[in-house]
Amino acid sequence: MSPLELAQKLNLSILNEGEGADRELKGIYCCDLLSIVMGRAKADDAWITVMGNLNSIAVAVLADTGCIILSEGMQLDAEAASKASAQGVCVLSSDLPTFELSRKIAEAAGL
Amino acid sequence: MSILKLHYEIDGEDFTRAGEASASVKKRLRQLGVKPDATRKVSIALYEGEINMVIHAHGGDIDVEISPEAVRMVLADRGPGIENIDQAMKEGWSTAPDEVRSLGFGAGMGLPNMKKNSDEMQIETVLGKGTTVTMAVYL
Ligand SMILES: Nc1ncnc2c1ncn2[C@@H]1O[C@H](COP(=O)(O)OP(=O)(O)OP(=O)(O)O)[C@@H](O)[C@H]1O
Ligand SMILES: [Mg+2]
Repeated sequence: MSPLELAQKLNLSILNEGEGADRELKGIYCCDLLSIVMGRAKADDAWITVMGNLNSIAVAVLADTGCIILSEGMQLDAEAASKASAQGVCVLSSDLPTFELSRKIAEAAGL
Repeated sequence: MSILKLHYEIDGEDFTRAGEASASVKKRLRQLGVKPDATRKVSIALYEGEINMVIHAHGGDIDVEISPEAVRMVLADRGPGIENIDQAMKEGWSTAPDEVRSLGFGAGMGLPNMKKNSDEMQIETVLGKGTTVTMAVYL
């Protein structure tokens, strides 16, 4: 399932569409500490985090995650939003806590 | 593919630009048709090194050499140096200040990630003078 299909299915907010229509999510990864994400997340994972700053966008690009999904109602700051748009990173968000959100994504996307 | 040399100056004050050198190298590797696995290894290793230069060493210089055999990276800074390399290499060891921890850094996983994602890695450091990290990822 692509990040955009997932957003439609679960009613997630689309903060930046980026490559969201073209990527295929293959797993889910949850963590907020960036170098742990760098070491453990896999390419094409849906990365769930509360970190909506510039560095999260860089990590998503370099670790090649399928999208970023901000949980707990977190938002992108302005610099991060413009970087996400420049780099084509799909960023979604939800008010749900991380565990609830992960559970729903796992169900919806069959992951 | 002939040998391609790239040079980046890393600004130690500007957090908003940290990661740009790594993103630029990643883009070049993609254009050159380097395999996604190797591209990802270079991206991760280089980003961790680039961020360390910004957080711990007030910036520095990055040189990248792309040949058909390998991507070789040299990250040289004039920061404080690393007192104990064995300790710094341990997962979880970090001296990152609170203001960067609140941005998501400071897990103490950067150097271990660099080791894990490179095929060769060497650290030369002199206290008070600076640190040079050399890494290679085979293609
Ligand atoms: N270029 C450098 N100059 C000086 N000290 C460094 C440099 N790189 C790393 N260090 C030291 O080594 C420690 C471990 O580095 P490492 O990258 O593994 O973790 P970190 O940067 O503290 O946190 P993380 O990378 O997980 O966000 C750092 O906290 C710092 O004390
Ligand atoms: Mg680090």
